[in-house]
Amino acid sequence: MSLEEAFADGPAFIPYLAAGDPSYEASLEYVEALERGGADVIELGLPFSEPIAEGSTIQEAVVRALEAGMTPDRYFEFVEDLDVDVPLVCMTYYNLVYQYGASEAEKGPRPFVERAAEAGIEGFVVVDLPAEEAGPLREACDEFGLDLIFIVAPTTEGERLERMRERVSGYVYVQSRLGTTGARDEVSDYTERSLSRLADWDVPKAVGFGIKTGDHAERIVAAGADGIIVGSALVDIVAEGVDESTADVAARLEEKARELKRGAVRGAGVPRAE
Amino acid sequence: MSSQGKFGDYGGQYVPEVLMPAIEELADAYERYVLENEDGFMDEFRARLRDFGGRPIPLQRADQLSARYDREVYLKREDLLHGGAHKLNNALGQVLLAKYMGKERIVAETGAGQHGTATAMAAAHLDMPCEVYMGETDIARQRPNVFRMRTNGAEVTPVTTGRGTLKEAISETMRDWATTVEDTHYVIGSVVGPHPFPEMVRTFQAVISEEAREQTRERTGGLPDAVLACAGGGSNTMGAFHHFVDDEDVDLYAVEAGGSSLSVDEAEGVAPNSASLSTGEEAVLHGARTKVLQDTDGQVMESHSVSAGLDYAGVGPELAHLVDEGRVRAVNVDDDAALEAFHRLSQDEGIIPALETAHAFGYLEKYHDDIGETVVVNVSGRGDKDLETVIEETMDRDLDIAPDMGVFREVGGGRL
Repeated sequence: MSLEEAFADGPAFIPYLAAGDPSYEASLEYVEALERGGADVIELGLPFSEPIAEGSTIQEAVVRALEAGMTPDRYFEFVEDLDVDVPLVCMTYYNLVYQYGASEAEKGPRPFVERAAEAGIEGFVVVDLPAEEAGPLREACDEFGLDLIFIVAPTTEGERLERMRERVSGYVYVQSRLGTTGARDEVSDYTERSLSRLADWDVPKAVGFGIKTGDHAERIVAAGADGIIVGSALVDIVAEGVDESTADVAARLEEKARELKRGAVRGAGVPRAE
Repeated sequence: MSSQGKFGDYGGQYVPEVLMPAIEELADAYERYVLENEDGFMDEFRARLRDFGGRPIPLQRADQLSARYDREVYLKREDLLHGGAHKLNNALGQVLLAKYMGKERIVAETGAGQHGTATAMAAAHLDMPCEVYMGETDIARQRPNVFRMRTNGAEVTPVTTGRGTLKEAISETMRDWATTVEDTHYVIGSVVGPHPFPEMVRTFQAVISEEAREQTRERTGGLPDAVLACAGGGSNTMGAFHHFVDDEDVDLYAVEAGGSSLSVDEAEGVAPNSASLSTGEEAVLHGARTKVLQDTDGQVMESHSVSAGLDYAGVGPELAHLVDEGRVRAVNVDDDAALEAFHRLSQDEGIIPALETAHAFGYLEKYHDDIGETVVVNVSGRGDKDLETVIEETMDRDLDIAPDMGVFREVGGGRL
């Protein structure tokens, strides 16, 4: 299934987890639990040592995953070991994409994208790669038929917005407020403003940053989002369950996923097909 | 030299989308105010560097070192700049620029605390609120500077992630900036980060080589054979080199921290040095493509140096480019050589140097026969901030040159 198809039957619920947090085996279970809970796409973090766009929740998840031995090669094996049918998006930072390759001469986005495609990844979000610097990765994505998703921030305006519109595919990640990732209790006013600026874009709009509950999800979809992206609220469950049994934590993740998916569906009011 | 923030393949702008507009706004302000002197910005900057900072700074002949090494050794005394380090040149420039841009708040990161101190001073001087992020390891080893920042009215926020040094403090400051970008300016402390920071910080620091070049001419009738500066992120290095880059007969030495060893522990992700120019690989870190200490996967390593100010896994992109081009020589000395040089300069010349600076003198001690007849060494800062570290590190070592440490052993563990 392609990324755009994942939005075809109503609002898409897109959860995020860091691969390998807190261990390889537990993380496989957790990602699969998200699919059972109703995930339409899964953003799977490939941990980088300097996650400058993340708040403390995801930063700590990244540290746990790295300490448990996650590497880019292990990540691709992880993707191959996963038993899920929904499309997977690799979310990471550019240095890992840029350094991948068997030798100095081969390093760069192409071998990374080739390996990702072989493992079954459908697209990428590269957090510190603005559209201006994304040429080589966009080319590699085109060559292997993968999508490149850009984040539109509340501060993105004018020519920058147009440049992204030209280069984006799969869906556009709408950052609902300023700052870093992290669950919040309020849904930002920025959301509606951001969505209205993107109204005539021909890719689905998925809103992320700060979504924590089914009610948040409902309000964001009601405001016009085609999908919701939830990371920190789920990573919190993983963090709280580090000393618990994998099955218990997986059950809570599945339940939380269900709450968020139901909220998103409520927000759509009536089926989108109408 | 640079085009769109690129130095050869290095440089660029690799930042989260939320920061891109702020970086574009800054690039525009840098062009107008700094390069084109709009509204007399550069005139005000130079006047404040003179009246508040104390410029111009003398170029001093080091008589004992000149005799010891049988050559002419000159010291560019940036330790005499207000605040005790070259850092004020950049901090004053950026805080003033933030004011011209209408920003209302300053954030900064600091390693040794010298940049944080300079930023806190500049912010107090220009009446701007200021918050400084500092790794907890560095807070512990740089207490005097933490207190100086607080005294100047800045908030100092400890960073507890990772090893609690400069790398983590930079990441944390970027996070703050991403949240407050509309009214806040991030004063980056070195020639690192996304464009326009590397070029802008170098431009503010280039006053060092502008003066040193003129002063050497006045003193000797010509240019020096070599300029030495220590290199962490590279701001005093680029400042000391910039106006000599086109003088191809002047050899430029960037002296890095060799730490305890140049080898790395790949499994642990630790490099026991901070020699990113000498041993690092090309990578994308903190907004720019540059040389970084990293493992084969591209994860950034923890660096090490006895000097907190050099303890950073990356380096400025322009410096990385000049090293690749062969214009700048990247060399290094280890912790022991730096400590010995610290004591030697203190005893021979009556100048207590920063541990960063001591690396440049450590190199001079070892290789003076190979580096020409007239040498300028940039004394990037004074060593008051490092005294607690030097006491502890000296007690741990058997250094012939060190003063008798007995009194410290008798009175409680070395802490004054």
